Amino acid sequence: MTATNVIPLPTRRDEAWRYADLDALARVWGDVPQGPERITVAAGETLTKQIVLPVVMSGVSITDLDVVIEAGATFALHLLATDADYGRMSVNVLLHEGAHFEMGGAILGNGDQTLEIVTQVNHAHPNATSNQVVRSVLAGHATGSFLGKVAVARHAQKTDASQSVKAMLLDRTATANAKPELEIYADDVKCAHGATVGELDKAALFYMAARGIPPQLARKLMLQAFIADAFVSLNDDAAREAIETRALAALEGLV
Amino acid sequence: MLQINNLHATIGGTDILKGLSLTINAGEIHAIMGPNGAGKSTLAYTLGGRPGYEVTEGSATFDGQDLLALEPHERAAAGLFLGFQYPVEIPGVSNLQFLRESLNAQRRARGEEPLSGAEFIRLAKEKAALLKMDMDMLKRPVNVGFSGGEKKRNEMVQMGIIDPKLALLDETDSGLDIDALRIVGEGINTIMRKPDRAVLLITHYQRLLDLVKPDFVHVLAGGRIVRTGGAELALELEEQGYEAAA
Repeated sequence: MTATNVIPLPTRRDEAWRYADLDALARVWGDVPQGPERITVAAGETLTKQIVLPVVMSGVSITDLDVVIEAGATFALHLLATDADYGRMSVNVLLHEGAHFEMGGAILGNGDQTLEIVTQVNHAHPNATSNQVVRSVLAGHATGSFLGKVAVARHAQKTDASQSVKAMLLDRTATANAKPELEIYADDVKCAHGATVGELDKAALFYMAARGIPPQLARKLMLQAFIADAFVSLNDDAAREAIETRALAALEGLV
Repeated sequence: MLQINNLHATIGGTDILKGLSLTINAGEIHAIMGPNGAGKSTLAYTLGGRPGYEVTEGSATFDGQDLLALEPHERAAAGLFLGFQYPVEIPGVSNLQFLRESLNAQRRARGEEPLSGAEFIRLAKEKAALLKMDMDMLKRPVNVGFSGGEKKRNEMVQMGIIDPKLALLDETDSGLDIDALRIVGEGINTIMRKPDRAVLLITHYQRLLDLVKPDFVHVLAGGRIVRTGGAELALELEEQGYEAAA
């Protein structure tokens, strides 16, 4: 937070910042850390990391990771974006041969919050796999975005990459953006992506009411199940419970 | 227990119920039969309080309370159970969690202590066994991947656990094979045929009524009850059709 940022403020013409809250960013740009935090997962190792976007710098939270996953290594990253007025998590991943990147993210926004997860997963070598799951629940005038680019290099054969992005809008005034982007130069790869934006199932809400469940609890149960997808890949039970507890507390504020 | 008087209801501006009156006393089992489009499911949904079903005239009183003034979940807590013709799938929420939340929400609303986990599991096991449903199915997400018959059987397990005063069962017999029909019929008798309970069966067919013998059979046509009789009326309908009987 000392040196003034020498990198110019991003603009909307920059695709990766297309949905960002640039006004909020401009207010703190001088204090934004320059350059990403670097993480290297050594060959054959497994690293798991959970990040709940911290609130710093007058409601603006920027986390930028640059990750190298060496041959045969695994990196499992689980994210919760909920607290900041403008919160951004960007992750750039380089996968070596046979490496695996697992990511689960939940975006829970209300009011005028703008929350986003931006990933670039580079399958630069053969036989690497990646799986990204993002679940967003948005109320009020909140905006939640996921921009996920998967790049597969020419010789990165047998790449298996998938993305699943689902958003639930609790109010008509909330906005969800989902932008999967595939750039594939190899010919023997599997890349899957799916994106949906929806509302809570009214038939299910009435079914729950008919069994005596009050509306607020019914919405909470359904949303809890919905965002659980983002954390199901977190194998450490205690860590999963910890991040889910944080997510549930945030959900309480949305229903 | 339930008094419906001159009930009129519309869906999206279309009049479906046009002056329906019906009284159900404790200890009675009533059956409502009638042609497609007569308003049978509308009656069930209107009494259950489904959004979009608007009452324009008339009243429904349940145990002395104005049923129509209650929210859907309050109607359930008051003792009304709506068995769905098409039970809804709820991905990610297990049957057990769903039922425990349902039962305890009702108990809290009535000022009763919620059941502990162990007490609830004991109750769920007992009712699942009664309906010959595997406990594993209770651990699965609500109705997800269930066959039509399994969904209906699940409705009856739910009814057993919730133990309502009045059950409105909307075509609970459709989609059941002969064995499942017998299990469901016996389930209804065991759970609901009691002096302080009552049932309204909505059905197209006689076969469920062979197993759950109704005290009264009503013919619903054109949004109102056009004829009422005893169990023998169902047999007459089966033979002669609705038009002749009405």
